[in-house]
Amino acid sequence: MRFTVNGKDVEVDVEPDMPLLWVLRDELGLTGTKYGCGIAQCGACTVHVDGIAQRSCQVLADGLEGAEILTIEGLGTPENLHAVQEAWVEHQVAQCGYCQSGQIMQAVDLLSYTPDPTDDDIDQAMSGNLCRCGTYPRIRAAVKSAAAKLQGA
Amino acid sequence: MSIAKIARRTFLIGTAVIAGGVAYGAYRYHADPENPLLADAGEGDAVFNPWVKIGADGITLVTPRADSGQGVYHVQAALIAEELDVELDQITVTPGTPGPAYWNTAIANEAVPATSEGFGAETTRSLMSAMVKFMGLQITGGSTTVPDQFEKLRIAGAVARETLKAAAAAETGYPVNQMETAAGTVTAPNGQSFTYLELAPKAAGMEPVTRIRLRDPSQWRLLGKPMERIDIVAKSTGTQDYGIDYAPEGVKYAAVHMNPGKGGGVIRYDDSAALAMPGVEKVVQITGGVAVVANNTWRAFQAANALDVEWEPAPYPLEQPEHWAALEAAFTEDRLDSRNKDEGDVDTALAEATEVIEAEYRAPYVAHQPLEPITATVQYERRNVQVWTGTQIPRFVQRNVAKLLGEEPEDVHVNVQMMGGSFGHRLEDAVVQQAAEIARELPGVPVKLTYSREEDFAQDFLRQISIARLKGTVKDGKVETMDLSVASPGIIASQMGRQGFPTMGPDMALPAGGADQPFAIPNSRFSVYLADPLAPVSSWRSVGASTNGFFHDSALDELIHAAGADPMEERIRLCWHEGSRGVLEAVAEMCSWSGPSPEPSKGRGVAFTLSFGVPTAEVVEVTNTEEGVRIGKVWVAVEVGRVLDPVNFENLVQGGVIWGLGHAINCEITHTGGAADQLNFHAHEGMRLYQCPEIEVRGLETASKIRGIGEPPTPPAAPALGNAIFAATGMRLREMPFNKGARFI
Repeated sequence: MRFTVNGKDVEVDVEPDMPLLWVLRDELGLTGTKYGCGIAQCGACTVHVDGIAQRSCQVLADGLEGAEILTIEGLGTPENLHAVQEAWVEHQVAQCGYCQSGQIMQAVDLLSYTPDPTDDDIDQAMSGNLCRCGTYPRIRAAVKSAAAKLQGA
Repeated sequence: MSIAKIARRTFLIGTAVIAGGVAYGAYRYHADPENPLLADAGEGDAVFNPWVKIGADGITLVTPRADSGQGVYHVQAALIAEELDVELDQITVTPGTPGPAYWNTAIANEAVPATSEGFGAETTRSLMSAMVKFMGLQITGGSTTVPDQFEKLRIAGAVARETLKAAAAAETGYPVNQMETAAGTVTAPNGQSFTYLELAPKAAGMEPVTRIRLRDPSQWRLLGKPMERIDIVAKSTGTQDYGIDYAPEGVKYAAVHMNPGKGGGVIRYDDSAALAMPGVEKVVQITGGVAVVANNTWRAFQAANALDVEWEPAPYPLEQPEHWAALEAAFTEDRLDSRNKDEGDVDTALAEATEVIEAEYRAPYVAHQPLEPITATVQYERRNVQVWTGTQIPRFVQRNVAKLLGEEPEDVHVNVQMMGGSFGHRLEDAVVQQAAEIARELPGVPVKLTYSREEDFAQDFLRQISIARLKGTVKDGKVETMDLSVASPGIIASQMGRQGFPTMGPDMALPAGGADQPFAIPNSRFSVYLADPLAPVSSWRSVGASTNGFFHDSALDELIHAAGADPMEERIRLCWHEGSRGVLEAVAEMCSWSGPSPEPSKGRGVAFTLSFGVPTAEVVEVTNTEEGVRIGKVWVAVEVGRVLDPVNFENLVQGGVIWGLGHAINCEITHTGGAADQLNFHAHEGMRLYQCPEIEVRGLETASKIRGIGEPPTPPAAPALGNAIFAATGMRLREMPFNKGARFI
């Protein structure tokens, strides 16, 4: 199947039921997207499919034809951070950092349709993303900072 | 050779003058063949000690304690950089090659209680002292990184700085004491300046200056101030590589299907379905399970699930009620393992009291489950075995892989990877041994074994299951007698047994956080009864204190309530240890404590645990609503002696509280037919963001010893929550997880 990842055309030949997560990680070598549970319970594998946050462990290869995928690698880079990543750095959210690709992709999605989220909006949107280290207080603060940055921009 | 002799030869060569007069050793470069950096040092590279190398590759700092997310690479780098006078963006940080130079000497000290008054030194079997005694090595655990490295790494930085100054003095002819250093540059009085890189070839040929004076904390540029963690950008951009991401050229992907009865063997298996699946290249029987090698992790997972295996039964009771029954039956005098507190006359007080307060508390098995599943990549060739894995015990890994493959330890190279969390999970190395068993069948091929989440849950060496029984009395509005008895399987015997070490004497992890609490209750006793081994258990963030903290401070709260006293005031009155009283007073001030029921429908609970030398007091405030209990706010005061990295400190304390609360509310592992019933996060989810309270943190810096903060915030969280729920609802939750007795929103 042919689709785009971070704006680049890709073509893979895999079983139709291989999850996008493993297409990204093991077929395309994009390891910024993380495996955590495989059953949409942790959010570590969150990417954007056609502009919407999805758990890539639940997106199967046979649905990818023509899709536009955005992963953490395509959101921003260490030299050119996305506003949400800037907020994550400023608040020093990460401990182990393993969940943060998914947290950031989910937060970008939240802010795309709720530019000025309430605490309740943040709870609703972000509670599917598990953080075992317990960085939630900083995630909340960083989402609010990112919202302010994006609205100011 | 004894450990003491090795340690002296390795470390006590240089001398440093430190405020307070403590002398520690620095390492002498070149002269000592055991400096592991010399092996890779190029021509003109200055290798000052095992932690600092300056040469063609730039400035490299070695941070040997493993980073599982607690930020110790950063804090180790900052300790060196503070004295070396380099900025954190001028350095490269590497965990280095495991070796004796990086031994953890603080771990041995943890065998002695932090408030050692009144306690004997007969501590023979603490987890950490056992490790030190038998292998003494490079371990990350027990919140020891900062205490162990605080002086060593600053000395390492200072030795390098002074040697570079000496090199510049030799170049310019000015006296050493007129040289100034900043940002990786030495400047002479005439304005002539040299970068450290320029000076390295000259410094490499000089004896290092080992008489140095460490700076007073008032002069620090980095430590104690907000810093940007060196890994924070990588961890915000998906560019931080973890063990699971390591994929060298030609890598093959492996998955395992292990006996769900942990430790049981394989009777027979049929791999025909698995071998017929796409991308599957090999099936290998390993100890306790069967492995599949494929060309993609998902294909390996699918094929592992398709294996048809007949298992031996689990080597422990198959059904969960039998585990509880084993503990219930263990409260007998012949099973008394330790009684480290026995003050006053408990038996007489109980016999003579008109009313004895009795209660029983239960703490279930819980799993570690860091978000990165356990993983190891092994490439096997005769006399050259490469291992890439996130581990807290690299020297054990080296030894165990060598033994398994019939190689010499020095031919096994452990490349420690960044860990996506651990919480004690990566103090075990079964996954590495399994990867080595698989890789042995594919010589020359790097084989990456990744556990599926379900396998990771199924094979987790759990937090100990435990029951506590309280008998107590109160008199004249005060707590008079507290007799707490705990029954638990041995933690150290299970964990060290897997490393092949015999264990003797009482299990010193089991009374931790219980027998060592600084409260002067007139009649006070803490007894540990050792149950037979049940499901295999291991160190789970805060270890024995994770269950004892819950038992001790829930029980104390019940007695204080029975006495009719205020939970905060009575704890402060009973507390004889100044640092501990300090955190109780601090947390009372932070939350403007006015009693357990500040307003209708709200309840506040206080709890305190002294663990890993760190007194920690927490107040949890809950609101009782129609829909359930809402945890609104937590206040935490901790005494660590000195806060080196204030931003990360707050993050870690909040994380430790969330860890304690989340598991107290939501998590247990039970067994059916010997297999864990909870196999993914929907059944054992810890805390999610919507349940997370606001958490206010204060670090106190009055103690003379510096301490680590990874574990101490966890033990008081569960009892503070239970005590708050009691204050709000009148319901005493004596069994975790609390969601069995209350609904949380």
